[in-house]
Amino acid sequence: MSNFETIIGLEVHVELKTKTKAFCGCANEFGAPPNTHTCPICLGHPGVLPVLNRQAVDYAIKAALALNCDITRETKFDRKNYFYPDNPKAYQISQFDQPIGRNGYIEIEVDGKKKKIGVHRLHLEEDAGKLNHLEDGSGSLVDFNRVGTPLIEIVSEADMRTPQEAYAYLDKLKAIMQYIGVSDVKMEEGSLRCDANISIRPFGQTEFGTKTELKNLNSFTFVEKGLAYEERRQEKVLLSGGQVEQETRRYNDATKTTTLMRGKEGSDDYRYFPEPDIIKLKIDQEWIDRIEAEIPELPDARQQRYVEELGLTDYDAMVLTQAKTMSDFFESAISTGSDAKLIANWLMGDVSAYLNSNYKTIDEVPMTPEALAKLVKLIEEGTISSKIAKKVFKTLIEKGGDPEDIVKAKGLIQISDEGALHKLMDPILEANKQSMIDYKNGKDRALGFLVGQVMKESHGKANPNMVNKIILEEIEKL
Amino acid sequence: MSRISEEQVKYVAHLARLSFSEEEIKTFTTQLDEIIGFAEQLNELDTEGIEPTTHVLDMYNVMRDDVVEPSLPREEALKNAPVQEDGQVKVPLIMEAD
Repeated sequence: MSNFETIIGLEVHVELKTKTKAFCGCANEFGAPPNTHTCPICLGHPGVLPVLNRQAVDYAIKAALALNCDITRETKFDRKNYFYPDNPKAYQISQFDQPIGRNGYIEIEVDGKKKKIGVHRLHLEEDAGKLNHLEDGSGSLVDFNRVGTPLIEIVSEADMRTPQEAYAYLDKLKAIMQYIGVSDVKMEEGSLRCDANISIRPFGQTEFGTKTELKNLNSFTFVEKGLAYEERRQEKVLLSGGQVEQETRRYNDATKTTTLMRGKEGSDDYRYFPEPDIIKLKIDQEWIDRIEAEIPELPDARQQRYVEELGLTDYDAMVLTQAKTMSDFFESAISTGSDAKLIANWLMGDVSAYLNSNYKTIDEVPMTPEALAKLVKLIEEGTISSKIAKKVFKTLIEKGGDPEDIVKAKGLIQISDEGALHKLMDPILEANKQSMIDYKNGKDRALGFLVGQVMKESHGKANPNMVNKIILEEIEKL
Repeated sequence: MSRISEEQVKYVAHLARLSFSEEEIKTFTTQLDEIIGFAEQLNELDTEGIEPTTHVLDMYNVMRDDVVEPSLPREEALKNAPVQEDGQVKVPLIMEAD
């Protein structure tokens, strides 16, 4: 156990999925051919007048409310000045001292322990363009499609104490944004981005140690690994009598280390001032109430309901509510009256295994919630055995369709008719009389062998409970 | 009395990515000093209890609906870019130092 306490704060940027950009009518669309979604406003031509997108403000308020923030009733925008090729205006329209949301929190759970992580502020701003660095080093190419996309920046309090807590915070933040539908929150597409601040201090010390900032954290796993490395690095520096320098470091996943990106010198001077082009905002109670009413049940509430009303375990409820798509799938499946626990087992087991190994999410497979519910019902009613169900499931998740049709088409219906079973079993039992005698003489394993033989002969279609019952009856007759 | 130093003028010039000769720096230092002196007259006013003005128009909530409008054709958008490649603006290699 280390003598140092780790202090972590995260800065997360979330791109809002409005139809248009923050200040002009250009489409906000990922993956379009470069420089096809630009206009004089987002390209920063002189004399243009940007006008704020109402939907972007609604989404920012929604996000702030979902993160339990106080809403700033009168707010404005500010100019943050800097030169960079991805930003043709040479300033970013942002919010400096009056962020839309303040003093919120996110509740996380690590190793069964719940903890509230403060949200210091949430503000609305615009994204920059995208730089594509040429492999041959001859230059960088600039695509301005992304310039002006509405973003919310969410700054946490320095409340996290372990890289695992940072991971849990991001996971929950992502889930909440997904539930309220303000963003795609896809890290691989850049619609969720994260920078991390980390410092360490001896246990018991009240003032913070010098922090470093980590960049290039392209996945939640990188965030966790980068922080874990940085925690150890800072400790080594301090233990060897050195001092942690305030600097920006880049995480490199190939080496699993962080390397110096830039020092404190040349620290930025953004010369913020009130943005004269954008009119002030007044957010009244009516506006807040309207947005509040649009917020659906959030992951924490759903998780609690799954445990209390559906009898799922804490862990299952947590996993099922992590992604909205999965949770919605589960809700639809149980709405047909199928057993919630059985549905949960399928989702946590075979479904998750398939999705993970194929890098897919539940909304990317052809299987519908109704189909999974029906499959579960077919097993419950004894129409198919659980072994056959696995075969039907494979077809369902790969090709979709109705499980009843699949069962019929493939002739997979379970044989539960006593007469039919006898017809199938009698020759098998006749051939294995010795095993029957063995069982009668106390060799319990012989029963399993006999059942196995019947199942094999029936290609898994025989109802195992019935088979068991018939074998025992036949043994009695010996 | 000097309200601004040559160092400050050089710093501001750097922030604006402008480069000046030593002579120009001297000229601008004097001129900026006079401008600041002029603006300082505002300090004579008693602003006790007055909210800072962040915007000259006394208006609120001017917003647009989230409706897509046509963008510029790419050729038009890139017309002023001296170097282009693959429909993008080419700039000197920009990488934050590793």
